[in-house]
Amino acid sequence: MSKLIKICALNDIRPLGSRIVELPGISAGPVAIFRTADNDVFAVEDRCPHKQGPLSQGIVHGKSVTCPLHNWVIGLENGEAAAPDVGCAKSYAVKIQDDDVYLEAAVDETQQVAVNE
Amino acid sequence: MNMMMTNSPKQLQKQRLVLIGNGMAGVRTIEEVLKANPELFDITIFGAEPHGNYNRIMLSPVLAGEKTINEIMLNDDDWYAENNITLHKGKTVTKIDRVKRQVIADDGTVAGYDRLLLATGANPFILPIPGADLPGVITFRDIHDVDQMLAAASEHQKAVVIGGGLLGLEAAKGLATQGMDVTVVHLMDTLMERQLDETAAKLLQQSLEEQGLEFLTGAETEAITGEDRVTGIKFKDGTEFATDIVVMAVGIKPNKALAEKAGIHCERGIVVNDTMQTYDPSVYAVGECVQHRKNTYGLVAPLFEQGKICANHLVNKCVLRYLGSVTSTKLKVTGIDLFSAGDFTGDDTTEEIVLRDPGRNVYKKLVIKDDRIQGGVMYGDTVDGAWYFQLMRDEIDVSDLRDSLLFGKAHLGNSGHGEQNQISGMDNAAEVCGCNGVCKGDIVQAITDKKLFTLEDVRTQTKASASCGSCTGLVEQILASTVGGDYSETPNEKPLCPCTDHTHEEVRRVILENDLKTIPATMRFLEWRQPDGCAKCRPALNYYLLCAWPADYKDDGQSRFINERVHANIQKDGTYSVIPRMWGGTTTPDELRAIADVADKFNIPDVKVTGGQRINLLGVKKEDLPAAWADLNEAGMVSGHAYGKSLRTVKTCVGSEWCRFGVQDSTALGVALEKALWGSWTPHKFKAAVSGCPRNCAESTIKDFGVVAVESGWELHVGGNGGTKVRATDLLGKVKTVEEVLEYARAFIQFYREDAHYLERTVHWLERVGLSIVKERIVENAELRKEYAERFIFSQKYAQFDPWQEQVSNEKATRDYEHLKLVRKLAS
Ligand code: SRM
Ligand SMILES: Cc1cc2nc3c(=O)[nH]c(=O)nc-3n(C[C@H](O)[C@H](O)[C@H](O)COP(=O)(O)OP(=O)(O)OC[C@H]3O[C@@H](n4cnc5c(N)ncnc54)[C@H](O)[C@@H]3O)c2cc1C
Ligand code: SF4
Ligand code: FES
Repeated sequence: MSKLIKICALNDIRPLGSRIVELPGISAGPVAIFRTADNDVFAVEDRCPHKQGPLSQGIVHGKSVTCPLHNWVIGLENGEAAAPDVGCAKSYAVKIQDDDVYLEAAVDETQQVAVNE
Repeated sequence: MNMMMTNSPKQLQKQRLVLIGNGMAGVRTIEEVLKANPELFDITIFGAEPHGNYNRIMLSPVLAGEKTINEIMLNDDDWYAENNITLHKGKTVTKIDRVKRQVIADDGTVAGYDRLLLATGANPFILPIPGADLPGVITFRDIHDVDQMLAAASEHQKAVVIGGGLLGLEAAKGLATQGMDVTVVHLMDTLMERQLDETAAKLLQQSLEEQGLEFLTGAETEAITGEDRVTGIKFKDGTEFATDIVVMAVGIKPNKALAEKAGIHCERGIVVNDTMQTYDPSVYAVGECVQHRKNTYGLVAPLFEQGKICANHLVNKCVLRYLGSVTSTKLKVTGIDLFSAGDFTGDDTTEEIVLRDPGRNVYKKLVIKDDRIQGGVMYGDTVDGAWYFQLMRDEIDVSDLRDSLLFGKAHLGNSGHGEQNQISGMDNAAEVCGCNGVCKGDIVQAITDKKLFTLEDVRTQTKASASCGSCTGLVEQILASTVGGDYSETPNEKPLCPCTDHTHEEVRRVILENDLKTIPATMRFLEWRQPDGCAKCRPALNYYLLCAWPADYKDDGQSRFINERVHANIQKDGTYSVIPRMWGGTTTPDELRAIADVADKFNIPDVKVTGGQRINLLGVKKEDLPAAWADLNEAGMVSGHAYGKSLRTVKTCVGSEWCRFGVQDSTALGVALEKALWGSWTPHKFKAAVSGCPRNCAESTIKDFGVVAVESGWELHVGGNGGTKVRATDLLGKVKTVEEVLEYARAFIQFYREDAHYLERTVHWLERVGLSIVKERIVENAELRKEYAERFIFSQKYAQFDPWQEQVSNEKATRDYEHLKLVRKLAS
């Protein structure tokens, strides 16, 4: 079943910035929530497909982030590394409603998940 | 887009662009057009050859059996289809009707155009001698020629190549590799006389002879003999000998016949202006068929540059201009390292510096005029070719480098690579890039498989020289020996990043002249291609704005690299390191206690003394940073900017206070210097040191700004580097007082701040602009020096604060260090 999980208010993230959230039950490691200049919001696991660099700490431009460790460019829409590099970070669907950011996640009913209320 | 099309029927019809000549320059131009505006044109291409566009320069390796035709295709049929290009393969255009705006091919195909692009290349020159049309006489220009040569090699034994230039030698070597006995016949006394001086030519001839080629120089061919096919060749002096084939490689001539017939103005080639436009405004031309400002070109690099500029005008952007190119050459013969550029003969107004080492079989010559390199030849050791070429194109004053110039850039300090100067002798398995573990073979393979032509492409694709950059010279030479010339752009004219065509200089100038005070305003004004740039340009713009408007500019944290954004160095596991400032390398028991307490309190796993005379707390979690800083602040410590493009450390030695040799108080000066310079942002990191006597225990002579105490005062040194390439400083001058040291230091750092490119360390900046200009402004002109120093002091009013304290005291800022918190709850 898919569920909307409230993550934060849009304004908790700076434009061209990112924050990290732990989502036990949904993602093994931290997930980075990015905000672009156009106020689009994306969620990508905070692990670069190259050598696990924290993508949340990179520079955001367009709909991409440049990894802080060795400058791979990762697309925020699907987590794919830009050519010529090859690799993919897991991405998650997000939604903005009334200036709040929600994660759309398939949730296993029996598991504990974090929910913001 | 769709709406526009339905609303206005005019938009329905795209403009028609027709290209004549499906070769390297023409198709590259089309690629540039598609990159700039894929929607603008309906594109039709005519090519006389029955192939897609292929890499003509790789015909030599194909002939030598090192490559197959398939491996050298640049654009296959799918590429044309994917880009909706109508390709007429194997059709030669025989007529251009400029009135009807149509081109007509030999099979009757007609295509109308709004814009016409001519890229008909060049034709091999055929000596007008008897027998030149006999079967067995072959030129070396296209796939068909190579097929003919390969067929001949399998049936016959003896070959003569007429022409001892680049093309002739590559053909000769290829045929020899195919097992033929090859004699090269050359009109002049020495080979490649347009690229080599006599000495280098002799060395070249010697090693080609060792590889099995024979030479006949100073020989004028009179006729080719034979009845049904070639059987021999005859010279003016009466000698004659037998051969089965003759390859004519005596030069090329621009293919302008079609244009001429259509009434387009031609001289040696089709004449174009700086926008690559012919005398007919709707007709453009690029490539070997073109004559621009009296010059024609026969190498790919300048043709690609023309293509880029031509495309810029075809899509109506109209900002670029072609100003001509300076080219360099590299012979693509395995086992031979040879590089030549510019004017290498000189005259009575020039000087020569020559290095000759018969033992190593190395010869290098540079021709210098008014302290600028005019040209040069290198044989045997070409690793510095690209560097000399760059100094030449940028017209750098080399007077300061002169005494060691010929020893190459490696001589300026190159940790570890000093020995490896001969590309040809390098094993494919030899590691070229130590940072990314890239071997020579990987690079060569990427260049040929991925069709790379520029250093930037090689960097992106292989990562070679993409990190610390110390192997750049090697990579450039591998590239050059694979594609036959230097393909890097002139650094001064290099765009700041792929988001723009403007250079660092232009951007800085425009910011000042137009009162641009934010990154978006700058990007809008300069029509950046990406609305919020990339990770390369944003930090650069942020710095340029900050340097231009110290009082007004609001720093943009999101445009800074993570280290500068969070005032700590990111580590490979995502934790951070924290280095507080220790003024001039001094500390106190209280500070040490506070550091120890912070390490305990935040469970910091590692404490290490740095190479910069201070202490590093390693492995701090991001969330803990503000609290750790607060404790350090409490003990009176501030950020050490170990993460910044800014002043790092000022190292000192004990000096006259304790040391039996010390002649001045170096520690006190070091502290004063650090207090004067800290906080300021610089194009790259900036390090200083003060030693108490010429024994130089603080290593002042490998710092950006180094001070060495002498009896009579202080020696000032600049432009040193202890990193990737070790380079000792240049002496700027000598002063008497501490106040003077500070003024010179402020003036120097400010000049560097205002002039260098972002991410250019003082050593590279000085090598680019020359020490003389620094001396002129900072040493010789007291007035200017004061102005620079004052501008620095003014900017420090806005820069000298502790960023840690600023973050700690700002709730909105500290929030960024925390994870977002969710309330834990069972799923329902
Ligand atoms: C911590 C330290 C190593 C140590 O354990 O001692 C260090 C650590 C790093 N150095 Fe260094 N350098 C350190 C002293 C040096 C020195 C020695 C010195 O300053 O006297 C040098 C040679 C001197 C010089 O710079 O000329 C040095 C030459 C480099 C270079 C090469 C610079 C160059 O122009 O060639 C780099 C790469 C760069 O900046 O692009 C570099 C880059 C780095 C980076 C920032 C790599 C990176 O981008 O992440 C390392 C950060 C690790 C971290 O998070 O702390 N580090 N680095 C030293 C900090 C000194 C300090 O107190 O601030
Ligand atoms: C063997 C060899 C080695 C070389 N090595 C190097 C090297 O190492 N480094 C380097 O920089 N350069 C090298 N060059 C030179 C380089 O290949 C040329 O400078 C480059 O290919 C020129 O590009 P172009 O587009 O002007 O001409 P071309 O690539 O020759 O393209 C012109 C095309 O137009 C076609 N054409 C002509 N007229 C018509 C018409 N009327 N209708 C239809 N089609 C027509 C021709 O058939 C041809 O295919 C080498 C060249 C050769 C032959
Ligand atoms: S600290 Fe410096 S030398 Fe050591 S690994 Fe990092 S960058 Fe390389
Ligand atoms: S870990 Fe991201 S680029 Fe290397």
